[in-house]
This record gives sequence, C-alpha cells and structure tokens, in this order.
Amino acid sequence: MTDAPAPSHSNSARAHLVYVLRDNPVTLIAFALCAFFVLSALIGPYLVPHDPLATNAARALQPPSFDHWFGTDSLGRDVFSRVIVATRLDLTISVAAVALSFVIGAVLGAVAGYWGGWWDVVLNRIFDTIMAFPLFVLAMGIVAALGNTVENIIYATAIINIPFYARLVRAEVNIRREAGFAQAARLAGNSHLRVVAFHIFPNALPPMMVQVSLNLGWAILNAAGLSFIGLGVRPPTPEWGIMVAEGANFIVSGQWWVALFPGLWLMLAVFTFNLMGDGLRDLVDPRRRT
Amino acid sequence: MAPKLLSVNDLAVSFRTRRGEVKAVRGISFALARGETLGIVGESGSGKSVTSYALLRILDAGGTIRTGGVTYGGIDLRAASERGMRDIRGREISMIFQNPRAALNPIRKVGHQIEDVLRQHGRASRQDARAKAIKALADVRINDPEARYDAYPFELSGGMCQRVVIAIALACDPKLLIADEPTTGLDITTQKAVMDLTRDLIRARGMSSILITHDLGLAAEYCDRLAVMKDGEIVETGAAADVFARPRHPYTARLVDATPRPGADLRALLPAEARTPLVPHAVSNTPLLEVQGLTKTYTGKSGPVHAVKGIDFTIRQGASVGLVGESGCGKSTTSSMLVRLLDPSAGRILFDGQDIGAIPADRFARNPLRGAIQMVFQDATDSLNPRHTARDTIGEPLRRLTTLDGAARRARVEELAAMTGLPAGLLDRFPHQLSGGQKARVGIARAIATDPRLLILDEPTAALDVSIQAVVLNLLADLRTRLGMSYLFVSHDLNVVRLLCDEVIVMQGGEIVEAGPAAQVMDAPAHPYTRALLGAAPKPPSAPRSPQAPDRAAE
Repeated sequence: MTDAPAPSHSNSARAHLVYVLRDNPVTLIAFALCAFFVLSALIGPYLVPHDPLATNAARALQPPSFDHWFGTDSLGRDVFSRVIVATRLDLTISVAAVALSFVIGAVLGAVAGYWGGWWDVVLNRIFDTIMAFPLFVLAMGIVAALGNTVENIIYATAIINIPFYARLVRAEVNIRREAGFAQAARLAGNSHLRVVAFHIFPNALPPMMVQVSLNLGWAILNAAGLSFIGLGVRPPTPEWGIMVAEGANFIVSGQWWVALFPGLWLMLAVFTFNLMGDGLRDLVDPRRRT
Repeated sequence: MAPKLLSVNDLAVSFRTRRGEVKAVRGISFALARGETLGIVGESGSGKSVTSYALLRILDAGGTIRTGGVTYGGIDLRAASERGMRDIRGREISMIFQNPRAALNPIRKVGHQIEDVLRQHGRASRQDARAKAIKALADVRINDPEARYDAYPFELSGGMCQRVVIAIALACDPKLLIADEPTTGLDITTQKAVMDLTRDLIRARGMSSILITHDLGLAAEYCDRLAVMKDGEIVETGAAADVFARPRHPYTARLVDATPRPGADLRALLPAEARTPLVPHAVSNTPLLEVQGLTKTYTGKSGPVHAVKGIDFTIRQGASVGLVGESGCGKSTTSSMLVRLLDPSAGRILFDGQDIGAIPADRFARNPLRGAIQMVFQDATDSLNPRHTARDTIGEPLRRLTTLDGAARRARVEELAAMTGLPAGLLDRFPHQLSGGQKARVGIARAIATDPRLLILDEPTAALDVSIQAVVLNLLADLRTRLGMSYLFVSHDLNVVRLLCDEVIVMQGGEIVEAGPAAQVMDAPAHPYTRALLGAAPKPPSAPRSPQAPDRAAE
C-alpha cells in the first residue's frame, strides 16, 4: 500500500514519551496515577498524619472526618495513614514478583523458542502443569508450605506468573528464529546466545510490556487475596488485603469506611496498571517513533 | 468503439493518518470498454492498488473517496448502498488478490470456499453446489478436480492456490475481473501458466479486466491498453505497444528503461543522465570457491528429502556466478550451506583451498573466515532488526568481527554508507523509517562491512521496484569492481542474472542441469528446463522507442 512519507521528527526518548502521552489521554491518566502510587510508596510513610500502627481505643470506628479522612478502624488506627503506608508493601510485592517472573519466564521462553526440540517439550509440559492448577490455590499451597513471609508471597506470585511470560516469549522468539535479521546477526559473528539475547529477544518486549502491566495488577490482587485469607502479611502490618479482610466484619454494622478505602485503593492500583499496558508497549516499540 | 463498461471520473482517495491526510489517488479518470484488458502499471506507493479497492469500495478504515465518480454499467458505484455493493462484488466485479495463500481460508477445503461464493450469490443450491464447484476447478485447468475439491490450501502449491482463487473470482461469471499483482511471489513458469490461463478465460467469457502490476513486461504482454500511475496520478495512457515503443511522459520512459531486457546492459537501465561508463571487473583464473559433491538431505516425515543432490561448481576470484532456479530447486539451501549457516550432509566446500564445510556452522561465527564470506538477504525488511538503527545494523559485523574502536567504527560505517549511496542523515533511522531502496542499501553496506571476498546475493532486488532495482544492480556492479569481490547471485530472474553475471548455473530438483558462460546459456540453452525458464519470462519490447511497433500491436 502507500508508503508513509519519511518522518523528520527527532528521535529522542523524551520527545517520544511526550508523543505517547499526548497521543492517548488514557495513557496520560494511567501514568499520572502510577506516579501518584510510586510517590505514595516512596515518601508516603513520612507524610501521613498519623502513625499507622498507633492504636487509640477511644477513637475506634470513627467515620471519616476532617481529622481522620478515611475514618478509623476497630483499634482506633487512622485508615488513611494505613492505606498510604500499605502502598509501599503492596507495590514491592507486585513489582518484585513481576520482575522475577519476567526474567525467569523470558529466559525459559527464549530457550524453548530458539533451541526447540527437547527443551521445548520439557519446558512446555512444566508450564502446562503449573497452569493446570487453579493459580490462586497453587499460590496458597506454596505460601502455606514455605511459610508466611513477604518473600514467600513474592516467590509464590512469581511462580504462578512464569508460564504467561515464558509462553509469550517462546512464541515471539520462535517466529523470528529464521528471520533474515537473525541470520544476518549470525553472519556478523554472533553466537546463538548473543543472537537470542541481543537481536531476537528485544523484539518480544512490546507484547511483554502489555503482559507486565496486566500482571502487576494481578500480582497486587494475588498478594491482597493471600493476606485476605490470612496467608500472607501478618497484622498489624498495613496491607490492603488484610485491611479489607478486617473491615469486612464491620460492613454489616454500618462502618463501611474500614473496608471501602483500602478496597478502593486496591482497585485503583489494578486499574492503573492495566491502563498503562498500551502506553508501555508504545514506549518500547521503536516502530511507534514516527 | 465498444460501449463503456466502467468509467472512472476524477477519482480521488485519501487516508487519514497520524500525520494528517495522505492523498493516495489524486483525481484520475479512465474508462474500460467491454472485452478490454487494461493494465495499471506503477511502482509501490503510486496508488494503483488503492484505485482498485476504491472501485469495489473496500478501502481500509480511514480511507475515503474524496471526489469523483465511478460508473459501472450505468450504476453509480459511489452512491450504491453497501447492500447493493455486496451484490456487485463477486457477481459483477470480482478481484484476485496478491497473495493467493492469504486470500484463501486456511482451514476450509477449497471446494467449500468456491461453494460459498456460488451460494452467496444464488448461483447454486445445496444439491448442485458440489458439481458446480468441481466444474469451476476444472475450468481453471486443475488436474483431477474431484480430488482437489477436498484439498486444503496448504496442500496445494502457490500456483494451484492462485488457480483456486481465480476459480472463486470467476465462479459467478462476473463481467469485470480486477487482478492485483496476481503473480507476485510465483515462479516464472507458474506465472506464465497463470497469466495465460487468466487471459484465455477472460477471452472465452468476453469479460473485461484490469491488471494491476509493477511489471511492465507482464503488462505489455497481457494488456490491450496501459495506464501508468505515479504518485496517485495517471501520467500516461495508451495502447500497450505504443506506451512502450514511444513513451511520452519522462516517468514512463524511465520505467521502460529500467526494465531488464535482452540486449540492454546494466547502465542502460539508468536514466540517461546517470549513465557513467561501466568499469569492467577483473576475473582471475584462480578458483576462490570450489564446491565438490555438495549434498543436503533432510529427514522428513515421509522419508529423507534430498534438497541438494551432490553438486559441483567453481567460483573464480572476481567472477560473478548466477544461480538460477525455481522455488524448491535447492538454491537457497545451497547458499545457506556456502555462507555457513547450515551444515552439508556430504561434500566439500573449499574456500581458498581450505575445506570450510568441515567447520560446524554453529562454530563458524568465531572463525577468522567469517568476515570473508557474507550475504545480502532477499527481503531487506525482514533482514533488518526492527529495533536497530541503520548505524547499529551496519556496525554490527564491525563490532563482532573487527578490532575497530568506537570512533574508527563510526567512521567506517559512514564510509560504507557513502559507498552504497545511503545519505549519512539516514543512519540514525529505524528500518520502518526507510524506503525499500534505502533498506536494500543498508543490507548491502552491512554485507560488505568486513571486506568479504565472496558475497552471496539472495535475490537482493526481488522485492524492489524496477527503477530501484536498476540502481541497486548498478551499485552492485560498481562495488564489485571497486572491492574485487566475487558474487554468487541467486535469482529466478534470468534477465537480471544476464546483466550482472559472467557465468550461470541452472538448478532443478537439487541438481545442476546446465552451467556455463552467461551469454552461452542464455542465447543457446542446451537443457529443456533452461529453455522453459527463458521462454516463460515476460517479453518486454526489445527495442524501446524504436519506430516499428512490436508484432503484438497487430493482435
């Protein structure tokens, strides 16, 4: 079809970021929300008005007010402070888990996709086995077996997400294995390992970014879910999942704020990461730089 | 004059894109008489395909017909309802698309796909659909149509698939057939068979047709009248023979010149002002590459597949050898083995007397000879990493195979860009920001970066427009003289091979059927297969701008 006229824009990364953000207002909102969550995680604990762990029986279960924006819980702790402080833990768990599954999944998927043969068969059956379990139940089992710590929640969340990355990378690498540029890279003196790592794999990044953004949301939900059923972060540590679990008892008696605000934050975080997917993909895809 | 079947009046089509509106077709007018074949010829981006999509109102999203009218048999196609268009498409006007495999549904039997069209337009009932579909297959001269009815597209060759597509297009006896590059990607003998078939069917049924192609020779051979398009405008129309013999528009003259044809040398393909004298290249008698008993056998599901069956040939230092054959003849397997990406099953590859075939392909990347044997790939787009800029791509072999430091490498990349005629300002662009010709130059610059002694060229111009092909072929000839490289030029286009090569090897079914000096093989082919290949090539008028019109004008 018609060739687009050759572009003459600058290629700088910042210009590209501005372009991506301006092109799609949804991406702009998502990146703004993400910046808000990251800032909350970094400096939130120093700014919150109350100590998230300080109990005050006299002020238990107060509705939202000027003093306690999100009200107080059954022990008189400030819900707003706890929601903000919890951001750091929830983001750490999800980002660490996603990073771990991204790296392991990328390596295993690239091996299966490039070398094929027995590697492919064995790795695929392992991924099938993982995916055959209800993933949340598998995560429960892993945490229950390894012990109730933050590290183990991260490992459990990472393990259940590995197959998604591995399969994606496997497919993306496999279709490019015989591509002209992969052969040209071999002719330029690259070993197979270098061809996969530096020439083929980066081409799988755009779809992987979409997967990352979805996964960040799932990972937060997963961590919160584990905490909700008591298999995760232990009270009194502020964490959205536990806070929702604790607050759930009070909804029937009319104290809706205890569960609502952590739930709302959880929802917003998942929503933000899901919305970021397209923007992240556009950022890492040089073909969008026109 | 026969009554007009189709008339297009001041048609303009534009697309909305991120960079504003792109005018793909800028007000073109033409008419098609009943029984006439019109060729629309142009290079990529000329708007020739968009025109045909606009006629059938199947433009992509974002494309709109801006102005103009299209009248088909008294019906205004631009004003027709979508429902009305559905009746017209397939029954009145039908289309053959570029890639037959993509045009067929891969998971339905071809017979059922023909039935679909017949029943959609009420041409067959459930009872007689099968019989009619088989008849349609027989009409396009498919052997054993009863058995082929149950075949899936992947079980058929490219030529067979295109016959099925033609059968579908003609199933409802349309009055007008639009063929959009119907033979691109098909072998040359298959191309001739498919085009001859289409022409015969069109004549037998008294249909009109529009052939959209970039190949002037093809259009001249099969069309009554030609319209030459450039940048969305028709620059010239006329009887096919006239357009070739006496091109009036400079662009047409350039296209005619750029088409490889017997009797023209490399420089004659270029516009007159760019014709500098061609410096002949020196060929020594010392062999550079000797191939002895080279064999490649794959283990297939139904027994071993003999891709290459023990071939022998020699490439002398400085010589250019053409390797010619159709798809599946083993020429790509051979070039992969020579360039050491694939291990041979048997035989020797002596490069400068050393048997490089004995070094496993997996370890050849670290061999000192790696830089001495390089390759230019067939598809310039596919062979450039979409994530690397032109500078990264050209610099990659330098980074891996030479000891040049950053600054020296930068200078060398710029030198290579200058040598291949790539403007230095384009070096920081990504492949999708380059045109086809520029991508081809990047591929060539990368291949010659390490000063190779043997360059394997795998159909390097197959995906290029003729005018760019002319420039690239001349560039290759100049580089050969300048750098003293030997070429193995793999191609299916004998006219191109004749222009560039000293010797020709013809392969068929994994064996060499004929080899010898280019002129001898071309002018006095000894093997029937070589004669078939030569005969199938479209015949562009041999003497452009000569006063006497070719015989075809009399038909």
